[in-house]
Amino acid sequence: MNKIIFKEELSNEVTRIVVEAPQIAARAQAGQFIVLIIDEGGERIPLTLADWDSGKGAITLIFQKVGFTTKKLGGLNPGDPIKHILGPLGHPTEVKNLGTVVCVGGGVGIAEVYPVSRAFKGAGNRVIGIIGGRSKELVILEKEMRQTCDELFITTDDGSYGRKGLVTDELKDIFGAVERSTHTKYPELVYCIGPVPMMKAVSQLTKDYQVKTIVSVNPIMVDATGMCGACRCTVAGKTVFGCVDGPDFDGHALDFDELSRRLKLFKEEEKNKI
Amino acid sequence: MRKKVSQQPAKERIQNFFEVALGFTKEEALEEAKRCLECKNPLCVKGCPVEVNIPAFIKLIKEGKQEEALEKIKEKNNLPAVCGRVCPQEDQCEARCVLNKKQAAINIGALERYAADYGLAASRLPLVVSKNGPATNDQRPATKIAVVGSGPAGLTCAADLAKMGYRVTLFESLHLPGGVLTYGIPEFRLPKKIVLSEVEYIKGLGVDLKTDSLIGKTYTIEELLNAGTKAIFIATGAGLPQFLGIPGENLNRVYSANEFLTRVNLMKAYKFPGQATPLSIGGKVAVIGGGNVAMDCARVSLRLGKEVFLVYRRTENEMPARREELENAKEEGVRFKTLTQPVKVLGDEKGLVKGLECLRMELGEPDESGRRRPVPVKGSNFVLDVDTLIIAIGQNPNPLLPRATPRLKTNEDGTILVDEKYMTSIPGVFAGGDIITGADTVISAMGAGKKAALAIDKYIRDALFAKAKGVPK
Repeated sequence: MNKIIFKEELSNEVTRIVVEAPQIAARAQAGQFIVLIIDEGGERIPLTLADWDSGKGAITLIFQKVGFTTKKLGGLNPGDPIKHILGPLGHPTEVKNLGTVVCVGGGVGIAEVYPVSRAFKGAGNRVIGIIGGRSKELVILEKEMRQTCDELFITTDDGSYGRKGLVTDELKDIFGAVERSTHTKYPELVYCIGPVPMMKAVSQLTKDYQVKTIVSVNPIMVDATGMCGACRCTVAGKTVFGCVDGPDFDGHALDFDELSRRLKLFKEEEKNKI
Repeated sequence: MRKKVSQQPAKERIQNFFEVALGFTKEEALEEAKRCLECKNPLCVKGCPVEVNIPAFIKLIKEGKQEEALEKIKEKNNLPAVCGRVCPQEDQCEARCVLNKKQAAINIGALERYAADYGLAASRLPLVVSKNGPATNDQRPATKIAVVGSGPAGLTCAADLAKMGYRVTLFESLHLPGGVLTYGIPEFRLPKKIVLSEVEYIKGLGVDLKTDSLIGKTYTIEELLNAGTKAIFIATGAGLPQFLGIPGENLNRVYSANEFLTRVNLMKAYKFPGQATPLSIGGKVAVIGGGNVAMDCARVSLRLGKEVFLVYRRTENEMPARREELENAKEEGVRFKTLTQPVKVLGDEKGLVKGLECLRMELGEPDESGRRRPVPVKGSNFVLDVDTLIIAIGQNPNPLLPRATPRLKTNEDGTILVDEKYMTSIPGVFAGGDIITGADTVISAMGAGKKAALAIDKYIRDALFAKAKGVPK
């Protein structure tokens, strides 16, 4: 039984909880995720680890209250238990000293790109952060991102904070500046996590500039241990499994349209639950 | 006359998830037990992968001693209520029964189930300490052993080691124990209450069950060894589902058998929305495959009120499923499309399945397996009108644990490499069940668990106790 020890509403839609899970906290690495079941009869849902503290034996989860289970999770309070948590799952993000790494996070994906940016910074990279959301209140973890990034750019769809526009606009400018310059070079890697259309747009842009791009996928999962195949994606024409082969994949080779379509499979059923 | 087990009528049972086979009454069990000839040199025992003393337990049933009969079975078999239901007795113990020569074999499976269910109903869970194992050594309770995976192989190995006196921790990655018994085999063939009771018995032997623990991620094999675990048994089962490799396989409503069954059996999607896990399914389902898993998928789909086709590229004769399951499926209304090879999944504009393009096949010359090879009939393409597809053509070994354990060697097909004593490339680490053989039956996994438990005991006595202070080998 894993008890919630802290809860904070980051916005109307986004909640942060800190949960007791000493074994997971002791082993977690950037890019990994967990699967949880809230209570008896609950479904198994994957959530990316936003942070962990091995000293306190606790993990941080940040989620958008959009589905049946995330809404229910958002209704829990400190002291409440989460019945089952399995993790840490998935391959950790491959972190090396590459030079310059651009970390792009969209919406609740900012919570997930944060530990990755911290890991790249820790490995000695120059880290440029680009975070975006629909509006100001959905741009989360700005303070944390400022600590891990050498430069941080913020965009909002409605212009209520930072630059009005999309994360790709900012990325385009970065690439454009390199294009015009005689002494700067393109970043060695773009790491991106967020809504599928955003990851697709970022990957299309970086493909034009031939900048290696890793995206972190969030397909539907059941067991998340390599057994059910619900999370299958297509990378370079081959079927791979998000849970045991991912969640990080080459953004230039991933079939985003398929991922997007497969994520919609249970939309009707979700409606019946809520 | 061999006594058959009565069943829920087909028309009724496809409306529910209750057990199909109802089991013997006391009278039926007595009558059937009386047919046993109590052979001096019983061949049935030789047909049993875990060597249950079959004539002895049947004799006890005959004498009205159900509890003792169960104890007799449990000397060898830790999961009798499971085996009585899902073992292919017709290929094992019953195939060897001498009564086959004149009439028909004793219904050993039904008698085993009878004794086991009697014990469960009476909440009498006898604790049997192995009488055939090596003499108890007082160092055993201090010796930590880890078993990875709580399916049939893991449960059996853990139980046997606990009976020998070892301190056993059983790790399960899912939230419930039982492995394929829980996520795979449907409720109407193996009620989950039965599985959990058997697990309770094994916990009662002193086995410490830890769910939500994925070895390779939550803990690594090396960490377990460094933390003083003297031996490890890996029984992680078959893993990644196989797909056909045809266009359209990632369309929505194309499921692997594993996903479909896990949603329904483990997560109880048939009780949605009372249970939170959904299942998106149309009205017409095609199940691809001819094994027991395919039959299970087809029969689950029927119970969800769907029209069901079973698509198989050879004929019924070549289907690897138990005849009993095949007959049950047919009786319940599954429509068999044999000599049919899927070539393409057709999708609509939303990405949902809207049909399955197939080719008709005919049987040619026998292949290396001895079965006649199906050959496509040119130009015979047709579209099967279905909106949901379940692919039940087998699994590849799960790569997770070998990837996380560099010292652990695997074969070319991804199964874990072991020697004749079930030991892997890491000293003290053993493996058995589907993870070393590829997909096989529950009972053969149990047989492996049993043999591995003996091998582990011998390894520990040889390698550790002997070194410690001259304990005789």
